[in-house]
Amino acid sequence: MIRNLTALGAGAIFGLGLAISEMVNPLKVKAFLDVAGDWDPSLILVMGGAVMVSFVAFRLTLRRPKPILATRFELPTRRDIDRRLVGGAAVFGVGWGLVGLCPGPALSALVYGNIDSAIFVAAMLIGLAAGPRLLAMFAASPVPDVAPG
Amino acid sequence: MDLTGPHREDPMENFTPVSALIGGGLIGLSTAILLAVNGRLAGISGIMAGLVPPVRDDAMWRILFIVGLFGGAAAWLLVTGGPVVAFDVGWPVIVIGGLLTGIGTRIGTGCTSGHGVCGIARLSPRSIVATVTFVAVGALTVFISRHMIGV
Repeated sequence: MIRNLTALGAGAIFGLGLAISEMVNPLKVKAFLDVAGDWDPSLILVMGGAVMVSFVAFRLTLRRPKPILATRFELPTRRDIDRRLVGGAAVFGVGWGLVGLCPGPALSALVYGNIDSAIFVAAMLIGLAAGPRLLAMFAASPVPDVAPG
Repeated sequence: MDLTGPHREDPMENFTPVSALIGGGLIGLSTAILLAVNGRLAGISGIMAGLVPPVRDDAMWRILFIVGLFGGAAAWLLVTGGPVVAFDVGWPVIVIGGLLTGIGTRIGTGCTSGHGVCGIARLSPRSIVATVTFVAVGALTVFISRHMIGV
């Protein structure tokens, strides 16, 4: 119960952060990716600010044997770089560059009642569900059921 | 020419460092709370991937995190009326972009939050490679679509 409330609260803080930093606006994100146009480096500070806080907090947290309300930390353990990782990131990069939305901002942008955001999220959910099947068509080894990131 | 508005010639006229750092700090705080209390990483594509299809006893926290995401953005919208959410592409490109974002983040096991924030904070080599890749490909995609094709 408290774990669910924690998830709700963490989600709300995340959504507030995306709104304040304007990452819910595809044109703001595209202005960062558009290095040859009117470049807007704001996204670096959003990601950098987030990483600074997370870096310190994760270090303090992971000194503990387990989370406050769970039995263990659920963390990815792989460290190898494979074609699936790079290929997946590249495919995502094309989608991100075409529209200017990544998953968190896409969901948050739904509250603006914009039909374009809803179309994007619907297509993204289809893509998320189709990912493992598409991969199975091209590769022999299956993708893990739940992506860590 | 509108001399009262921001001059188009000004470099980085749209740069918003203060709101970017505050927003980023809040995103970092969110990932910190979710890991410290629930032992989970706040990677949005991963949280969503665990819901297609939903798994018993593992779905509710994911749904509530997403409900919270809506609530946080809605609260800021109600208080400030912003920010603007604007697209410069039509729905066929939006559908293609959404599909590629879903497929890519599932196969590449993460997005801007999972790899770009949580993974880099953990100094994960996979996340660093993934983040460099999607930022570089994203920039290349904007360059080609905006400056060469004109989508």
